[in-house]
Amino acid sequence: MKIVVLVKEVPDSYGERKLNLTTGLADREASEKVLDEITGRAVEAAVSYAESADEVEIALLSMGPESAESTLRKTLAMGGDSAHHVVDEALLGADLTLTAQVLAAAVQKIGFDLVIAGDASSDGAGGLLPAMVAEQLGVAHATSLDSLQISAEAVTGERAGYGGTVSVQAQLPAVVSVTERLPDPRFPGFKGIMQAKKKPLETYSLADLGVDASADVPRSIMLSVSQTPARTAGEKITDEGDAGKRLAEYLIEKKVV
Amino acid sequence: MAEQNVLVFLPVLPSGELVGSAAGLLGAAAQLGTPVGVLVAGAGQGQAAAQAAGELGAAKVYLTENDDAPTTLTAPALEAVAAAWEATDPEAVLVPNDIDGRDIAARLAVRTSSAVAADAVGVHRDAEGVVAEHSVYGSAFTTESAPTHGALIITLREGAVEARAEAAQPEVITLDAAQPKSAAAVITGFAENVEASSRPDLRSAKIVVSGGRGLGSKEGFGLAEQLADALGAGLGASRAAVDAGYAPYSLQVGQTGVSVAPDLYIALGISGAVQHQAGMQTAKTIVAINKDPEAPIFDIADFGIVGDAFEVVPQLIETIKAKAQ
Ligand SMILES: Cc1cc2nc3c(=O)[nH]c(=O)nc-3n(C[C@H](O)[C@H](O)[C@H](O)COP(=O)(O)OP(=O)(O)OC[C@H]3O[C@@H](n4cnc5c(N)ncnc54)[C@H](O)[C@@H]3O)c2cc1C
Repeated sequence: MKIVVLVKEVPDSYGERKLNLTTGLADREASEKVLDEITGRAVEAAVSYAESADEVEIALLSMGPESAESTLRKTLAMGGDSAHHVVDEALLGADLTLTAQVLAAAVQKIGFDLVIAGDASSDGAGGLLPAMVAEQLGVAHATSLDSLQISAEAVTGERAGYGGTVSVQAQLPAVVSVTERLPDPRFPGFKGIMQAKKKPLETYSLADLGVDASADVPRSIMLSVSQTPARTAGEKITDEGDAGKRLAEYLIEKKVV
Repeated sequence: MAEQNVLVFLPVLPSGELVGSAAGLLGAAAQLGTPVGVLVAGAGQGQAAAQAAGELGAAKVYLTENDDAPTTLTAPALEAVAAAWEATDPEAVLVPNDIDGRDIAARLAVRTSSAVAADAVGVHRDAEGVVAEHSVYGSAFTTESAPTHGALIITLREGAVEARAEAAQPEVITLDAAQPKSAAAVITGFAENVEASSRPDLRSAKIVVSGGRGLGSKEGFGLAEQLADALGAGLGASRAAVDAGYAPYSLQVGQTGVSVAPDLYIALGISGAVQHQAGMQTAKTIVAINKDPEAPIFDIADFGIVGDAFEVVPQLIETIKAKAQ
Protein backbone atom coordinates (compact mmCIF):
# COMPACT_ATOMS: atom_id res chain seq x y z
CA MET A 1 0.00 0.00 0.00
CA LYS A 2 1.17 3.49 -0.78
CA ILE A 3 0.36 6.35 1.60
CA VAL A 4 0.96 9.98 0.72
CA VAL A 5 1.04 12.36 3.71
CA LEU A 6 0.42 16.06 3.05
CA VAL A 7 3.02 17.99 5.01
CA LYS A 8 2.73 21.68 5.80
CA GLU A 9 5.25 24.14 7.11
CA VAL A 10 3.75 26.99 9.14
CA PRO A 11 4.96 30.03 11.11
CA ASP A 12 5.38 29.04 14.76
CA SER A 13 2.21 30.03 16.59
CA TYR A 14 4.21 30.61 19.80
CA GLY A 15 6.09 33.44 18.08
CA GLU A 16 4.90 36.62 16.46
CA ARG A 17 3.18 36.02 13.12
CA LYS A 18 2.86 38.78 10.57
CA LEU A 19 1.21 39.46 7.26
CA ASN A 20 3.00 41.76 4.83
CA LEU A 21 0.72 44.81 4.76
CA THR A 22 1.38 45.46 1.06
CA THR A 23 1.08 41.98 -0.42
CA GLY A 24 -1.14 40.39 2.20
CA LEU A 25 1.13 37.34 2.17
CA ALA A 26 2.74 35.76 5.21
CA ASP A 27 5.85 37.65 6.23
CA ARG A 28 8.32 34.78 6.05
CA GLU A 29 11.07 36.67 7.82
CA ALA A 30 8.90 37.44 10.84
CA SER A 31 8.66 33.97 12.32
CA GLU A 32 10.29 30.59 12.80
CA LYS A 33 9.05 27.85 10.47
CA VAL A 34 7.84 24.66 12.05
CA LEU A 35 6.00 21.53 10.99
CA ASP A 36 2.29 22.17 11.46
CA GLU A 37 1.28 20.45 14.68
CA ILE A 38 -1.58 18.39 13.28
CA THR A 39 0.53 17.43 10.25
CA GLY A 40 2.87 15.76 12.73
CA ARG A 41 -0.02 13.59 13.91
CA ALA A 42 -0.88 12.68 10.30
CA VAL A 43 2.72 11.53 9.76
CA GLU A 44 2.60 9.58 13.01
CA ALA A 45 -0.58 7.79 11.91
CA ALA A 46 1.08 6.70 8.65
CA VAL A 47 4.36 5.67 10.26
CA SER A 48 2.75 3.66 13.04
CA TYR A 49 0.56 1.83 10.50
CA ALA A 50 3.64 1.04 8.37
CA GLU A 51 5.26 -0.52 11.45
CA SER A 52 2.28 -2.84 11.95
CA ALA A 53 1.65 -3.95 8.36
CA ASP A 54 3.62 -5.37 5.47
CA GLU A 55 4.71 -3.51 2.39
CA VAL A 56 3.57 -0.04 3.28
CA GLU A 57 5.35 2.75 1.48
CA ILE A 58 5.08 6.33 2.74
CA ALA A 59 5.66 9.41 0.60
CA LEU A 60 5.69 12.86 2.21
CA LEU A 61 4.44 15.67 -0.01
CA SER A 62 4.68 19.40 0.51
CA MET A 63 3.98 22.43 -1.63
CA GLY A 64 5.88 25.45 -0.38
CA PRO A 65 8.87 27.74 -0.76
CA GLU A 66 12.50 26.54 -0.73
CA SER A 67 12.52 26.46 3.08
CA ALA A 68 9.94 23.64 3.10
CA GLU A 69 12.73 21.28 2.11
CA SER A 70 14.26 21.33 5.58
CA THR A 71 10.85 20.71 7.13
CA LEU A 72 10.44 17.72 4.81
CA ARG A 73 13.85 16.38 5.87
CA LYS A 74 12.96 16.74 9.54
CA THR A 75 9.69 14.96 8.89
CA LEU A 76 11.49 12.14 7.06
CA ALA A 77 13.40 11.55 10.28
CA MET A 78 10.13 10.44 11.90
CA GLY A 79 9.74 7.79 9.19
CA GLY A 80 8.58 7.54 5.61
CA ASP A 81 10.42 6.47 2.49
CA SER A 82 10.58 9.50 0.25
CA ALA A 83 9.83 13.21 0.18
CA HIS A 84 8.32 15.24 -2.63
CA HIS A 85 8.51 19.01 -2.82
CA VAL A 86 6.50 21.15 -5.22
CA VAL A 87 8.23 24.50 -5.50
CA ASP A 88 7.57 27.13 -8.14
CA GLU A 89 7.68 30.94 -8.18
CA ALA A 90 4.23 30.98 -9.75
CA LEU A 91 2.78 29.44 -6.59
CA LEU A 92 3.47 32.49 -4.41
CA GLY A 93 0.10 33.52 -3.01
CA ALA A 94 -1.67 30.47 -4.53
CA ASP A 95 -5.32 30.24 -3.47
CA LEU A 96 -6.98 27.08 -2.16
CA THR A 97 -8.29 25.96 -5.54
CA LEU A 98 -4.87 26.14 -7.17
CA THR A 99 -3.18 24.52 -4.17
CA ALA A 100 -5.62 21.61 -4.28
CA GLN A 101 -5.08 21.17 -8.02
CA VAL A 102 -1.30 21.13 -7.57
CA LEU A 103 -1.34 18.70 -4.65
CA ALA A 104 -3.74 16.37 -6.46
CA ALA A 105 -1.53 16.39 -9.56
CA ALA A 106 1.52 15.55 -7.42
CA VAL A 107 -0.36 12.78 -5.57
CA GLN A 108 -1.33 11.29 -8.95
CA LYS A 109 2.25 11.40 -10.10
CA ILE A 110 3.56 9.75 -6.92
CA GLY A 111 0.77 7.16 -6.94
CA PHE A 112 -1.44 6.48 -3.88
CA ASP A 113 -3.90 4.25 -2.12
CA LEU A 114 -4.41 6.60 0.80
CA VAL A 115 -3.75 10.30 1.39
CA ILE A 116 -3.51 11.49 5.02
CA ALA A 117 -3.55 15.17 5.97
CA GLY A 118 -4.09 17.29 9.07
CA ASP A 119 -7.62 18.68 9.23
CA ALA A 120 -6.65 22.34 9.53
CA SER A 121 -3.28 23.98 9.79
CA SER A 122 -2.47 26.52 12.48
CA ASP A 123 -1.86 29.38 10.03
CA GLY A 124 -4.62 29.25 7.45
CA ALA A 125 -7.10 27.00 9.20
CA GLY A 126 -9.19 26.72 6.04
CA GLY A 127 -9.82 23.04 6.63
CA LEU A 128 -10.96 22.65 3.03
CA LEU A 129 -7.91 21.29 1.29
CA PRO A 130 -8.23 17.54 1.99
CA ALA A 131 -11.79 17.28 0.62
CA MET A 132 -10.80 19.47 -2.37
CA VAL A 133 -7.94 17.09 -3.14
CA ALA A 134 -10.38 14.14 -2.86
CA GLU A 135 -12.75 15.75 -5.36
CA GLN A 136 -9.83 16.44 -7.71
CA LEU A 137 -8.72 12.81 -7.44
CA GLY A 138 -12.27 11.47 -7.77
CA VAL A 139 -12.05 9.45 -4.54
CA ALA A 140 -13.92 9.34 -1.22
CA HIS A 141 -12.98 11.53 1.73
CA ALA A 142 -13.26 11.00 5.46
CA THR A 143 -12.20 14.28 7.04
CA SER A 144 -11.66 15.60 10.58
CA LEU A 145 -11.37 12.13 12.07
CA ASP A 146 -10.89 11.98 15.84
CA SER A 147 -9.80 8.35 15.50
CA LEU A 148 -8.39 6.39 12.58
CA GLN A 149 -7.95 2.71 11.77
CA ILE A 150 -6.23 1.74 8.54
CA SER A 151 -6.48 -1.67 6.86
CA ALA A 152 -5.33 -2.92 3.48
CA GLU A 153 -8.74 -2.22 1.91
CA ALA A 154 -10.35 0.57 3.88
CA VAL A 155 -10.10 3.27 6.54
CA THR A 156 -12.53 3.76 9.40
CA GLY A 157 -12.87 6.42 12.04
CA GLU A 158 -15.14 8.72 14.00
CA ARG A 159 -15.87 12.37 13.60
CA ALA A 160 -18.16 15.03 15.01
CA GLY A 161 -21.45 15.51 13.17
CA TYR A 162 -24.60 17.53 13.77
CA GLY A 163 -25.90 16.48 17.15
CA GLY A 164 -23.66 13.47 17.56
CA THR A 165 -20.66 11.38 16.59
CA VAL A 166 -20.53 9.76 13.16
CA SER A 167 -18.68 6.51 12.40
CA VAL A 168 -17.43 6.41 8.84
CA GLN A 169 -15.73 3.97 6.54
CA ALA A 170 -14.10 4.64 3.18
CA GLN A 171 -12.85 2.03 0.75
CA LEU A 172 -9.42 2.80 -0.64
CA PRO A 173 -8.34 4.79 -2.55
CA ALA A 174 -9.38 7.64 -0.26
CA VAL A 175 -8.31 10.91 1.34
CA VAL A 176 -8.54 11.31 5.12
CA SER A 177 -7.76 14.17 7.46
CA VAL A 178 -7.16 13.85 11.18
CA THR A 179 -7.66 16.15 14.16
CA GLU A 180 -5.43 16.85 17.13
CA ARG A 181 -7.25 14.05 18.99
CA LEU A 182 -4.84 11.62 17.31
CA PRO A 183 -1.68 10.49 19.13
CA ASP A 184 1.27 12.87 19.47
CA PRO A 185 4.01 12.57 16.86
CA ARG A 186 7.17 10.73 17.89
CA PHE A 187 10.48 12.50 18.37
CA PRO A 188 12.87 11.48 15.62
CA GLY A 189 15.84 9.64 17.13
CA PHE A 190 19.46 10.01 16.06
CA LYS A 191 19.10 6.96 13.83
CA GLY A 192 16.06 8.46 12.12
CA ILE A 193 17.86 11.73 11.49
CA MET A 194 20.86 9.93 9.94
CA GLN A 195 18.61 7.75 7.76
CA ALA A 196 16.59 10.76 6.62
CA LYS A 197 19.69 12.27 5.02
CA LYS A 198 19.88 9.34 2.63
CA LYS A 199 16.23 9.17 1.68
CA PRO A 200 15.22 10.50 -1.75
CA LEU A 201 13.78 14.00 -1.94
CA GLU A 202 12.36 14.95 -5.30
CA THR A 203 11.33 18.43 -6.41
CA TYR A 204 8.67 19.29 -8.97
CA SER A 205 7.85 22.48 -10.84
CA LEU A 206 4.36 23.31 -12.10
CA ALA A 207 5.48 22.32 -15.59
CA ASP A 208 6.47 18.88 -14.26
CA LEU A 209 2.92 18.47 -12.98
CA GLY A 210 1.23 19.93 -16.04
CA VAL A 211 -0.51 22.66 -14.01
CA ASP A 212 -0.92 26.18 -15.38
CA ALA A 213 -1.16 28.71 -12.52
CA SER A 214 -2.25 31.49 -14.89
CA ALA A 215 -5.18 29.58 -16.40
CA ASP A 216 -8.27 31.77 -16.73
CA VAL A 217 -10.31 30.16 -13.95
CA PRO A 218 -11.89 31.95 -10.98
CA ARG A 219 -9.36 32.63 -8.23
CA SER A 220 -9.70 34.10 -4.79
CA ILE A 221 -7.75 37.34 -4.46
CA MET A 222 -6.95 39.43 -1.43
CA LEU A 223 -8.36 42.94 -1.63
CA SER A 224 -7.03 44.45 1.56
CA VAL A 225 -5.09 43.63 4.70
CA SER A 226 -4.83 45.59 7.91
CA GLN A 227 -3.47 45.06 11.37
CA THR A 228 -6.03 44.80 14.13
CA PRO A 229 -5.16 47.09 17.05
CA ALA A 230 -3.81 44.95 19.90
CA ARG A 231 -6.09 44.53 22.88
CA THR A 232 -4.96 46.32 25.97
CA ALA A 233 -5.24 45.37 29.60
CA GLY A 234 -7.99 47.05 31.60
CA GLU A 235 -8.54 47.10 35.33
CA LYS A 236 -6.66 44.50 37.40
CA ILE A 237 -7.34 43.91 41.08
CA THR A 238 -5.99 41.52 43.67
CA ASP A 239 -8.59 39.59 45.62
CA GLU A 240 -8.88 40.79 49.18
CA GLY A 241 -11.97 38.80 49.97
CA ASP A 242 -14.37 41.00 48.03
CA ALA A 243 -13.32 40.42 44.40
CA GLY A 244 -16.43 38.33 43.61
CA LYS A 245 -18.64 41.24 44.72
CA ARG A 246 -16.58 43.76 42.80
CA LEU A 247 -16.72 41.68 39.65
CA ALA A 248 -20.50 41.35 40.01
CA GLU A 249 -20.77 45.15 40.29
CA TYR A 250 -18.55 45.60 37.24
CA LEU A 251 -20.67 43.22 35.16
CA ILE A 252 -23.96 44.75 36.31
CA GLU A 253 -22.68 48.26 35.61
CA LYS A 254 -21.60 47.18 32.10
CA LYS A 255 -25.06 45.61 31.67
CA VAL A 256 -23.55 42.32 30.50
CA VAL A 257 -25.39 40.31 33.12
CA MET B 1 -30.89 44.58 -11.64
CA ALA B 2 -32.79 41.87 -9.85
CA GLU B 3 -31.43 40.79 -6.49
CA GLN B 4 -28.88 38.00 -6.76
CA ASN B 5 -29.53 34.59 -5.27
CA VAL B 6 -27.37 33.57 -2.34
CA LEU B 7 -27.51 29.86 -1.51
CA VAL B 8 -27.30 28.93 2.15
CA PHE B 9 -26.76 25.38 3.34
CA LEU B 10 -28.75 24.95 6.57
CA PRO B 11 -27.94 21.75 8.48
CA VAL B 12 -30.83 20.00 10.20
CA LEU B 13 -30.29 18.22 13.52
CA PRO B 14 -31.62 14.68 14.10
CA SER B 15 -34.42 16.31 16.13
CA GLY B 16 -35.54 18.20 13.02
CA GLU B 17 -34.40 21.58 14.32
CA LEU B 18 -32.03 23.84 12.37
CA VAL B 19 -28.52 24.17 13.81
CA GLY B 20 -27.72 27.31 15.79
CA SER B 21 -25.62 28.80 13.00
CA ALA B 22 -28.67 29.11 10.70
CA ALA B 23 -29.67 32.61 11.86
CA GLY B 24 -26.21 34.07 11.24
CA LEU B 25 -25.89 32.35 7.85
CA LEU B 26 -29.22 33.73 6.63
CA GLY B 27 -28.42 37.12 8.17
CA ALA B 28 -25.16 37.22 6.21
CA ALA B 29 -26.90 36.05 3.01
CA ALA B 30 -29.48 38.85 3.29
CA GLN B 31 -26.61 41.38 3.30
CA LEU B 32 -25.66 40.11 -0.17
CA GLY B 33 -28.93 39.29 -1.92
CA THR B 34 -31.92 36.94 -1.69
CA PRO B 35 -31.32 34.13 0.82
CA VAL B 36 -32.17 30.73 -0.67
CA GLY B 37 -31.95 27.88 1.84
CA VAL B 38 -30.91 24.31 1.04
CA LEU B 39 -32.17 21.72 3.53
CA VAL B 40 -31.73 17.98 3.79
CA ALA B 41 -34.07 16.66 6.47
CA GLY B 42 -35.38 13.36 7.79
CA ALA B 43 -38.77 12.00 6.70
CA GLY B 44 -41.61 14.22 7.88
CA GLN B 45 -39.29 16.91 9.24
CA GLY B 46 -38.85 18.97 6.07
CA GLN B 47 -41.83 21.35 6.10
CA ALA B 48 -41.27 22.45 9.70
CA ALA B 49 -37.56 22.98 9.05
CA ALA B 50 -38.37 24.99 5.90
CA GLN B 51 -40.77 27.19 7.89
CA ALA B 52 -38.09 27.71 10.53
CA ALA B 53 -35.68 28.75 7.76
CA GLY B 54 -38.31 31.22 6.52
CA GLU B 55 -38.63 32.77 9.97
CA LEU B 56 -34.88 33.35 9.87
CA GLY B 57 -35.08 34.98 6.43
CA ALA B 58 -35.04 32.32 3.68
CA ALA B 59 -37.14 33.58 0.75
CA LYS B 60 -36.98 30.22 -0.98
CA VAL B 61 -36.06 26.75 0.26
CA TYR B 62 -34.83 23.76 -1.71
CA LEU B 63 -35.87 20.79 0.37
CA THR B 64 -34.83 17.16 0.20
CA GLU B 65 -36.42 14.66 2.59
CA ASN B 66 -34.73 11.32 3.19
CA ASP B 67 -36.73 8.31 4.29
CA ASP B 68 -33.79 6.77 6.07
CA ALA B 69 -30.88 8.23 7.96
CA PRO B 70 -28.15 9.14 5.46
CA THR B 71 -25.76 6.31 4.67
CA THR B 72 -23.16 8.25 2.73
CA LEU B 73 -20.96 11.02 4.05
CA THR B 74 -21.42 14.56 2.64
CA ALA B 75 -22.99 13.30 -0.62
CA PRO B 76 -26.72 13.93 0.13
CA ALA B 77 -26.07 17.52 1.19
CA LEU B 78 -23.53 18.13 -1.56
CA GLU B 79 -25.87 16.92 -4.30
CA ALA B 80 -28.74 19.01 -2.88
CA VAL B 81 -26.58 22.16 -2.90
CA ALA B 82 -25.29 21.31 -6.39
CA ALA B 83 -28.87 20.88 -7.68
CA ALA B 84 -29.93 24.20 -6.12
CA TRP B 85 -26.85 25.79 -7.71
CA GLU B 86 -28.00 24.57 -11.12
CA ALA B 87 -31.48 25.93 -10.53
CA THR B 88 -30.58 29.36 -9.15
CA ASP B 89 -27.24 30.41 -10.66
CA PRO B 90 -26.18 31.95 -7.33
CA GLU B 91 -23.70 34.75 -6.84
CA ALA B 92 -22.51 33.30 -3.55
CA VAL B 93 -22.89 30.13 -1.48
CA LEU B 94 -22.72 30.27 2.31
CA VAL B 95 -22.09 27.19 4.45
CA PRO B 96 -21.21 26.97 8.15
CA ASN B 97 -17.50 26.64 8.82
CA ASP B 98 -17.94 23.28 10.51
CA ILE B 99 -16.82 19.82 9.41
CA ASP B 100 -19.78 19.03 7.14
CA GLY B 101 -19.96 22.57 5.78
CA ARG B 102 -16.29 22.54 4.85
CA ASP B 103 -16.61 19.22 3.01
CA ILE B 104 -19.55 20.56 0.97
CA ALA B 105 -17.74 23.82 0.16
CA ALA B 106 -14.55 21.99 -0.81
CA ARG B 107 -16.18 19.57 -3.24
CA LEU B 108 -18.53 22.17 -4.70
CA ALA B 109 -15.64 24.58 -5.33
CA VAL B 110 -13.67 21.98 -7.26
CA ARG B 111 -16.73 20.73 -9.11
CA THR B 112 -17.87 24.19 -10.21
CA SER B 113 -14.34 25.55 -10.52
CA SER B 114 -15.16 28.43 -8.17
CA ALA B 115 -13.14 30.56 -5.79
CA VAL B 116 -13.55 29.88 -2.06
CA ALA B 117 -13.32 32.11 0.99
CA ALA B 118 -12.56 30.03 4.07
CA ASP B 119 -13.51 30.93 7.64
CA ALA B 120 -15.07 34.31 6.82
CA VAL B 121 -16.17 36.45 9.78
CA GLY B 122 -18.33 38.78 7.68
CA VAL B 123 -19.49 39.55 4.16
CA HIS B 124 -20.41 42.64 2.21
CA ARG B 125 -20.80 43.87 -1.32
CA ASP B 126 -18.66 46.41 -3.16
CA ALA B 127 -18.95 47.79 -6.69
CA GLU B 128 -17.43 44.60 -8.11
CA GLY B 129 -19.46 42.08 -6.19
CA VAL B 130 -19.21 39.87 -3.11
CA VAL B 131 -16.42 40.43 -0.57
CA ALA B 132 -15.56 38.13 2.34
CA GLU B 133 -13.92 39.41 5.53
CA HIS B 134 -11.38 37.30 7.43
CA SER B 135 -9.65 37.48 10.76
CA VAL B 136 -6.13 36.02 10.51
CA TYR B 137 -3.48 34.75 12.97
CA GLY B 138 -5.78 34.77 15.95
CA SER B 139 -7.34 38.07 14.83
CA ALA B 140 -4.03 39.97 14.72
CA PHE B 141 -4.88 40.88 11.11
CA THR B 142 -8.03 41.57 9.12
CA THR B 143 -8.17 40.77 5.41
CA GLU B 144 -10.76 40.96 2.66
CA SER B 145 -11.00 38.53 -0.26
CA ALA B 146 -13.05 38.33 -3.44
CA PRO B 147 -13.27 36.11 -6.52
CA THR B 148 -11.65 37.29 -9.76
CA HIS B 149 -14.89 36.19 -11.42
CA GLY B 150 -17.69 33.70 -10.86
CA ALA B 151 -19.57 32.86 -7.70
CA LEU B 152 -17.85 32.86 -4.30
CA ILE B 153 -18.19 29.88 -1.98
CA ILE B 154 -17.90 31.01 1.62
CA THR B 155 -17.50 29.05 4.84
CA LEU B 156 -18.76 31.35 7.58
CA ARG B 157 -17.34 31.24 11.11
CA GLU B 158 -20.13 30.33 13.49
CA GLY B 159 -21.35 33.16 15.70
CA ALA B 160 -19.34 35.79 13.80
CA VAL B 161 -22.21 37.55 12.00
CA GLU B 162 -24.72 39.38 14.19
CA ALA B 163 -26.97 40.67 11.40
CA ARG B 164 -30.33 38.94 11.18
CA ALA B 165 -32.62 38.74 8.17
CA GLU B 166 -36.30 39.66 8.18
CA ALA B 167 -38.71 36.75 8.41
CA ALA B 168 -40.12 35.59 5.08
CA GLN B 169 -42.84 33.21 3.88
CA PRO B 170 -40.64 30.81 1.96
CA GLU B 171 -41.46 29.24 -1.38
CA VAL B 172 -40.61 25.55 -0.85
CA ILE B 173 -39.28 23.53 -3.78
CA THR B 174 -38.92 19.80 -3.22
CA LEU B 175 -35.92 18.03 -4.71
CA ASP B 176 -35.58 14.29 -5.05
CA ALA B 177 -32.51 12.83 -3.40
CA ALA B 178 -29.85 12.70 -6.10
CA GLN B 179 -27.35 9.94 -6.76
CA PRO B 180 -23.86 10.88 -5.55
CA LYS B 181 -21.64 12.06 -8.40
CA SER B 182 -18.39 11.54 -6.48
CA ALA B 183 -17.09 8.51 -4.62
CA ALA B 184 -18.20 8.78 -0.99
CA ALA B 185 -17.44 7.26 2.38
CA VAL B 186 -20.24 5.35 4.09
CA ILE B 187 -21.72 6.18 7.47
CA THR B 188 -21.65 3.04 9.59
CA GLY B 189 -23.02 4.46 12.82
CA PHE B 190 -24.30 7.54 14.63
CA ALA B 191 -24.23 8.16 18.36
CA GLU B 192 -26.44 11.07 19.33
CA ASN B 193 -24.96 13.45 21.90
CA VAL B 194 -26.70 13.13 25.20
CA GLU B 195 -26.73 16.75 26.32
CA ALA B 196 -27.58 16.74 29.99
CA SER B 197 -27.87 20.50 30.13
CA SER B 198 -29.81 23.09 28.23
CA ARG B 199 -26.83 25.46 28.06
CA PRO B 200 -26.64 27.71 25.01
CA ASP B 201 -24.32 26.62 22.24
CA LEU B 202 -20.77 27.76 22.86
CA ARG B 203 -20.45 29.23 19.36
CA SER B 204 -23.45 31.49 19.48
CA ALA B 205 -23.72 32.23 23.23
CA LYS B 206 -23.71 35.88 24.33
CA ILE B 207 -21.72 34.94 27.42
CA VAL B 208 -19.06 32.22 27.58
CA VAL B 209 -17.47 30.88 30.76
CA SER B 210 -14.33 28.81 30.17
CA GLY B 211 -12.32 26.75 32.60
CA GLY B 212 -8.64 25.80 32.39
CA ARG B 213 -6.15 23.45 33.96
CA GLY B 214 -6.16 25.75 36.99
CA LEU B 215 -9.50 24.26 38.06
CA GLY B 216 -7.46 21.20 38.95
CA SER B 217 -9.89 18.30 38.36
CA LYS B 218 -13.11 17.26 36.71
CA GLU B 219 -14.91 18.13 39.93
CA GLY B 220 -13.15 21.48 40.07
CA PHE B 221 -14.29 22.16 36.51
CA GLY B 222 -17.81 22.06 37.93
CA LEU B 223 -17.08 25.60 39.14
CA ALA B 224 -17.10 26.83 35.52
CA GLU B 225 -20.34 24.91 34.92
CA GLN B 226 -21.98 26.51 37.96
CA LEU B 227 -21.01 30.00 36.84
CA ALA B 228 -22.14 29.28 33.28
CA ASP B 229 -25.54 28.15 34.56
CA ALA B 230 -25.89 31.12 36.89
CA LEU B 231 -25.26 33.48 33.96
CA GLY B 232 -27.12 31.48 31.28
CA ALA B 233 -23.79 31.20 29.50
CA GLY B 234 -22.19 28.74 27.10
CA LEU B 235 -19.38 26.58 28.50
CA GLY B 236 -15.85 26.45 27.10
CA ALA B 237 -12.46 25.03 28.07
CA SER B 238 -8.75 25.41 27.37
CA ARG B 239 -6.87 22.65 25.62
CA ALA B 240 -5.06 21.72 28.80
CA ALA B 241 -8.43 21.21 30.51
CA VAL B 242 -9.65 19.09 27.58
CA ASP B 243 -6.42 17.06 27.56
CA ALA B 244 -6.79 16.45 31.29
CA GLY B 245 -10.31 15.10 30.67
CA TYR B 246 -12.20 17.87 32.53
CA ALA B 247 -14.26 18.68 29.43
CA PRO B 248 -14.96 17.19 26.00
CA TYR B 249 -13.02 18.36 22.95
CA SER B 250 -16.15 19.98 21.48
CA LEU B 251 -15.79 22.67 24.17
CA GLN B 252 -12.19 23.59 23.35
CA VAL B 253 -11.73 27.29 22.64
CA GLY B 254 -8.71 28.40 20.64
CA GLN B 255 -6.65 27.98 17.55
CA THR B 256 -7.41 24.29 17.17
CA GLY B 257 -10.82 24.46 18.76
CA VAL B 258 -13.76 26.80 18.47
CA SER B 259 -13.44 30.55 17.85
CA VAL B 260 -15.92 32.55 19.88
CA ALA B 261 -16.80 36.26 19.89
CA PRO B 262 -19.31 36.70 22.74
CA ASP B 263 -20.25 39.93 24.55
CA LEU B 264 -18.58 38.57 27.67
CA TYR B 265 -15.86 35.91 28.06
CA ILE B 266 -14.87 34.78 31.55
CA ALA B 267 -11.66 32.74 31.86
CA LEU B 268 -11.19 30.75 35.07
CA GLY B 269 -7.76 29.25 35.76
CA ILE B 270 -6.59 29.80 32.19
CA SER B 271 -3.10 31.17 31.63
CA GLY B 272 -3.93 32.73 28.25
CA ALA B 273 -1.49 31.09 25.85
CA VAL B 274 -1.49 32.66 22.35
CA GLN B 275 -3.26 29.61 20.98
CA HIS B 276 -6.08 30.09 23.49
CA GLN B 277 -6.26 33.83 22.86
CA ALA B 278 -6.63 33.11 19.14
CA GLY B 279 -10.09 31.75 19.80
CA MET B 280 -11.49 34.37 22.18
CA GLN B 281 -9.74 37.71 21.89
CA THR B 282 -12.48 39.29 19.81
CA ALA B 283 -14.91 38.99 22.73
CA LYS B 284 -16.29 42.42 23.62
CA THR B 285 -15.44 42.16 27.31
CA ILE B 286 -12.91 39.74 28.76
CA VAL B 287 -12.75 38.85 32.45
CA ALA B 288 -9.96 36.68 33.89
CA ILE B 289 -9.53 35.11 37.27
CA ASN B 290 -6.08 33.64 37.84
CA LYS B 291 -3.78 33.11 40.82
CA ASP B 292 -0.70 34.16 38.89
CA PRO B 293 -0.38 37.95 38.49
CA GLU B 294 1.98 37.37 35.54
CA ALA B 295 -0.46 35.20 33.54
CA PRO B 296 -0.65 36.49 29.93
CA ILE B 297 -4.46 36.40 30.03
CA PHE B 298 -4.29 39.64 32.06
CA ASP B 299 -2.70 41.44 29.08
CA ILE B 300 -6.00 41.24 27.20
CA ALA B 301 -8.48 41.22 30.10
CA ASP B 302 -10.77 44.22 30.63
CA PHE B 303 -11.25 43.14 34.22
CA GLY B 304 -8.63 40.92 35.81
CA ILE B 305 -8.68 39.40 39.27
CA VAL B 306 -5.53 38.01 40.79
CA GLY B 307 -6.97 35.39 43.08
CA ASP B 308 -8.28 31.90 43.64
CA ALA B 309 -11.20 31.07 41.37
CA PHE B 310 -12.65 28.81 44.07
CA GLU B 311 -13.01 31.81 46.38
CA VAL B 312 -13.99 34.49 43.89
CA VAL B 313 -16.55 32.61 41.81
CA PRO B 314 -18.91 31.44 44.60
CA GLN B 315 -19.09 35.03 45.88
CA LEU B 316 -19.75 36.25 42.33
CA ILE B 317 -22.59 33.78 41.85
CA GLU B 318 -24.10 34.68 45.23
CA THR B 319 -23.96 38.41 44.53
CA ILE B 320 -25.52 38.07 41.09
CA LYS B 321 -28.29 35.83 42.40
CA ALA B 322 -29.01 38.27 45.22
CA LYS B 323 -29.21 41.19 42.77
CA ALA B 324 -31.54 39.28 40.50
CA GLN B 325 -34.13 38.87 43.24
C1 LIG C 1 -0.41 24.19 17.70
C2 LIG C 1 -1.03 24.39 19.04
C3 LIG C 1 -2.40 24.57 19.11
C4 LIG C 1 -3.01 24.82 20.34
N1 LIG C 1 -4.37 25.03 20.35
C5 LIG C 1 -4.94 25.38 21.52
C6 LIG C 1 -6.34 25.69 21.57
O1 LIG C 1 -7.06 25.62 20.57
N2 LIG C 1 -6.87 26.07 22.77
C7 LIG C 1 -6.12 26.16 23.91
O2 LIG C 1 -6.68 26.52 24.95
N3 LIG C 1 -4.82 25.83 23.89
C8 LIG C 1 -4.21 25.44 22.73
N4 LIG C 1 -2.90 25.09 22.74
C9 LIG C 1 -2.23 24.90 24.05
C10 LIG C 1 -1.74 26.18 24.71
O3 LIG C 1 -0.42 26.45 24.26
C11 LIG C 1 -1.72 26.03 26.23
O4 LIG C 1 -0.94 24.93 26.59
C12 LIG C 1 -3.10 25.87 26.89
O5 LIG C 1 -4.00 26.86 26.41
C13 LIG C 1 -2.97 26.00 28.38
O6 LIG C 1 -4.20 25.77 29.01
P1 LIG C 1 -4.48 26.39 30.48
O7 LIG C 1 -4.38 27.85 30.40
O8 LIG C 1 -5.76 25.80 30.95
O9 LIG C 1 -3.34 25.72 31.34
P2 LIG C 1 -2.06 26.34 32.03
O10 LIG C 1 -1.24 27.08 31.06
O11 LIG C 1 -1.46 25.27 32.83
O12 LIG C 1 -2.66 27.45 33.01
C14 LIG C 1 -3.38 27.17 34.16
C15 LIG C 1 -3.56 28.50 34.88
O13 LIG C 1 -4.40 28.33 36.01
C16 LIG C 1 -3.95 29.18 37.06
N5 LIG C 1 -4.50 28.64 38.31
C17 LIG C 1 -4.13 27.51 38.97
N6 LIG C 1 -4.92 27.33 40.04
C18 LIG C 1 -5.82 28.34 40.05
C19 LIG C 1 -6.89 28.72 40.93
N7 LIG C 1 -7.24 27.98 41.99
N8 LIG C 1 -7.59 29.86 40.65
C20 LIG C 1 -7.25 30.64 39.57
N9 LIG C 1 -6.24 30.33 38.73
C21 LIG C 1 -5.54 29.20 38.97
C22 LIG C 1 -2.46 29.15 36.93
O14 LIG C 1 -1.89 30.32 37.51
C23 LIG C 1 -2.25 29.09 35.41
O15 LIG C 1 -2.11 30.39 34.86
C24 LIG C 1 -2.25 24.84 21.52
C25 LIG C 1 -0.88 24.62 21.45
C26 LIG C 1 -0.27 24.40 20.24
C27 LIG C 1 1.20 24.19 20.19
